[in-house]
Amino acid sequence: MNAKRTDLLATILIDLIVASVVGILFFLLAYILTAGLPHVSWSFLTGATDAFSGAGGIGVQLFNSFYLLVLTMLISVPISLGAGIYLAEYAKDNWRTSLIRSAIEVLSSLPSVVVGLFGFLLFVVKFKIGFSVISGAIALTFFNLPLLTRNIEESLSAVSRSQREAGLSLGLSKWKTEIGIILPVALPGIVTGIVLSAGRVFGEAAALIYTAGQSAPVTNFADWNPMDAASPLNPLRPAETLAVHIWKVNTEGLASNAAALSAAASAVLIIAVLLFNLGARLLGTYLYRRVTASK
Amino acid sequence: MLKQYSFEKTAVQTFDDKTSLAIKTEDLQVFYGQNHAMFDANLAFPKNQITALIGASGSGKSTYLRSLNRMNDGIATVTGKIWYHGVNINEPGVNIYEIRRHIGMVFQRPNPFAKSIRENIVYALRANGLKKKAELEERVEQSLKGAALWDEVKDNLDKSALSLSGGQQQRLCIARSIAMAPDVLLLDEPCSALDPISTVKVEETLLELQKKYSIIIVTHNMQQASRISSQCAFFHLGHVMEYVPTGTMFSNPQIPVTQDYIAGSFG
Repeated sequence: MNAKRTDLLATILIDLIVASVVGILFFLLAYILTAGLPHVSWSFLTGATDAFSGAGGIGVQLFNSFYLLVLTMLISVPISLGAGIYLAEYAKDNWRTSLIRSAIEVLSSLPSVVVGLFGFLLFVVKFKIGFSVISGAIALTFFNLPLLTRNIEESLSAVSRSQREAGLSLGLSKWKTEIGIILPVALPGIVTGIVLSAGRVFGEAAALIYTAGQSAPVTNFADWNPMDAASPLNPLRPAETLAVHIWKVNTEGLASNAAALSAAASAVLIIAVLLFNLGARLLGTYLYRRVTASK
Repeated sequence: MLKQYSFEKTAVQTFDDKTSLAIKTEDLQVFYGQNHAMFDANLAFPKNQITALIGASGSGKSTYLRSLNRMNDGIATVTGKIWYHGVNINEPGVNIYEIRRHIGMVFQRPNPFAKSIRENIVYALRANGLKKKAELEERVEQSLKGAALWDEVKDNLDKSALSLSGGQQQRLCIARSIAMAPDVLLLDEPCSALDPISTVKVEETLLELQKKYSIIIVTHNMQQASRISSQCAFFHLGHVMEYVPTGTMFSNPQIPVTQDYIAGSFG
């Protein structure tokens, strides 16, 4: 076979593979949205759930999902940023660093249900925090840390060494160089990593069943004092998320329209993830332009 | 097969006490792990002159240059003394960040920060505590003028530095260095990634800058060395073989290895 034909065949094959990946995604999206959207209404989006049957709206769960996501990110982004900077910039190439790297890999391969049970035993039972947003957020942080750390490390390492040399040659400290010069360049990659891990957090159910709990007590959306028991911001209240809600309605829901409820909730979950991705990307692009002065 | 030259036979000039020196090294050795890369470099650089370091690839000239502002810290082991304003700056206790502000460096590949032109210059200044806006603006203008870039960019200071051409980027890097008000400027093959026209511009800039700064430039290009430098040192396999005024180097090299290198019949 000549080179031209080989290339043609390879191109067709690759195109087919890409088309099938995109096709599967669109099929899934279309299926979930057409099955769920007809059942979505304003009262569904904002209403409260009937605790016994699981029927009713998903307002609280939707809020819980976002709140849990924000809390998880608030905990995990700073930690993984520190760890990523350490690994990319400060860690020497020795057995200790490779031990740290393998530890991170092991952490990322832990099954989510195991992490959930661990969180249940440690935070919920041992520390007596109970089923709560904060227990869930810490458990999710365990998932997030390895992914984010690796992503941040790789994004930082991908920035040319000559940029570091330029910073150092101007008498800047390693830290100033890293934070002020390298980090802005690595920002798009880091935002991608945050978006990917946020998608996982948003869709996670197994680990949350045992930590954030399966109940969504009615909260008072007029009370924004995190100290109040009924406040949506109270990190110590149990908080069923949307993904957990879908699981619960499907497995033990007693509502007569359980299938429609979970389809609708799934559609909302998908749309929320897509919106979050889009928002994070726009924010990332905006920040990148701001710090690098590129148009 | 590379011709063998004796490392015993060298011709390295020294300066008397009347010549004021910018920087001077005594028995400078550099090791990359077990690899001995630089042997006993004894060089003195007169103030407000351009000194060129020439030699083949792997001769140690860049290694030597990077030792002068301690950029080899953490990469190589450097022993010996580096005298700068009467202080040996190759000591563990020396503040290397301070040193690098006094001894600036420009690299082979233009490496402006991914920031605006203005921010490229003021970032390090601000990090060093210069906060007054008027003063920062003044430094931006002065350093860009010093690097002969002002007229080309004065209306676009907020544009990304990465949108500049290679030659402009390199002059921006020079501007960024001189904005720190150093007194020595080290340049590591600054023109090797530039086209001839940009090269001429950088060379003109350097000739102008030597009035205020002492310049040490590593170059592969012998024409460049002869065009701009006053002193010239020839490196061979980690040894300084000859260090003489540039005129002498190119018209009347003192030892066989330099003669062969200049004549192009090396190895």
